[in-house]
Amino acid sequence: MADDCCRWLANEMAEPNVLRNNAAADKSGQSASALTREQDLIARVQRGQNELFYELVRPYERRVYAAALAILRNESDAEDVAQEAMLKALANIRQFRAEARFSTWLIQITVNEALMRRRRERTVVMEGIDDRRDEETDYTPRDFADWREIPSEALERKEIRQKLAEALASLDRKYREVFVLRDVEQLNIQETAEALGISVASVKTRLLRARLMLRDLLAAGWGQGWFSRLPFEKGSKPW
Amino acid sequence: MVNERVNCEQVWRDISNYIEGDVDTALRTAMDEHFGTCPRCKSVLQGTRNVIRLYSDERMIELPAGFDRRLERLLAQRARPRASRWLTWEAWLVPVAAMALIAGGMWLMNSRTAVQQVKSEHANAGQNIPPDLAVVVAPGTKVFHVPGCSFIHDKDNLRKLTAKEALKEGFTPCPRCLKKYLETTAVVYALPGTQVSSDADEDEAARSDTSHRDEVRGRD
Ligand SMILES: [Zn+2]
Ligand SMILES: [Zn+2]
Repeated sequence: MADDCCRWLANEMAEPNVLRNNAAADKSGQSASALTREQDLIARVQRGQNELFYELVRPYERRVYAAALAILRNESDAEDVAQEAMLKALANIRQFRAEARFSTWLIQITVNEALMRRRRERTVVMEGIDDRRDEETDYTPRDFADWREIPSEALERKEIRQKLAEALASLDRKYREVFVLRDVEQLNIQETAEALGISVASVKTRLLRARLMLRDLLAAGWGQGWFSRLPFEKGSKPW
Repeated sequence: MVNERVNCEQVWRDISNYIEGDVDTALRTAMDEHFGTCPRCKSVLQGTRNVIRLYSDERMIELPAGFDRRLERLLAQRARPRASRWLTWEAWLVPVAAMALIAGGMWLMNSRTAVQQVKSEHANAGQNIPPDLAVVVAPGTKVFHVPGCSFIHDKDNLRKLTAKEALKEGFTPCPRCLKKYLETTAVVYALPGTQVSSDADEDEAARSDTSHRDEVRGRD
């Protein structure tokens, strides 16, 4: 277990193109001042001010938890792993290099911890065997209604969040994991591939399918009135 | 390259790459043209963008109740400098040594009793579960769960209560979703503290790293 982690950390450090994660490429829109503040916090924790670590990781605790949950599908296991990952990050903080994006580093540690735990506990049995092959056939979208943007206020409604979460949970594991790492955690394609130990081509194939399947699931949800109280014009659908 | 055309199937195959900005200029131009004339593909594109936008929103992530507090406490404990932890560790060794001297041959017996005691307390399932943890019970069952546990059968008629209330009413914890509170190992690791400390809260620093974590959660 420790070996796995250290090997991964070593790989990460040997990775020459960590520079790909610069602030400008940060999809989460981290501002320049927030980034400076983060770099400052990192430097201070690296110098031994461990009491600042929670402040450093706090902005990412939700994403750390979500990454663990996507892999383990159990709230208490996910919390355990989130805590373990945070402790591991703290213990290895000196190995973090300033050119990399801190959130990515944290998420990768989390994914690694979660995958190790799943291997250890063989929870895969619950979900069937790990089918590493990607589908040969193309996915055909089912719904072609007129489109409108769903306002993000929709997410203020718990039942909508719940429906979206259920749709995601209904995806096969290999699609769910790739989708969560790329679109929820916002790792890039390469980082997603590294974190899951699959090829870049596989990430792309699975991502495509995951996104299209979710779109169809949400389109079906539209038909069932999930979004019915949102301010859409009559007759127009967002998908 | 001029006037390269794509059909709907090709668009669907590359739509994810298109959103990623991961298609070459010729294909991008061809796809842009296609979206301009094909409402079906336009619908697929915009729907897919909706998916990405909604799921990337942090509001989609629901943390378990108390997650922040437990994490903060765990990290605060870990932040204590190592040296002072060792001091505390040694500090409690003194009374142990004294006790061992005084008790002489009784020591071994005592410690065995302590182990048994902890184990039997553990057999009294549920004592490690945070008393105010929100749990649910389904009608006609004897088990209580963390909300959302996949082992709940009748999800429509759940009653909400605290773990303390559930235990009091005679429900037993679900071995799946409450597993982490039921593991014997965690309790056994916590033994040094349990044995010698009268004030569990203050003596945590003396415990092993593993027990730290369980402590943090256990007392929540
Ligand atoms: Zn088309
Ligand atoms: Zn349960």
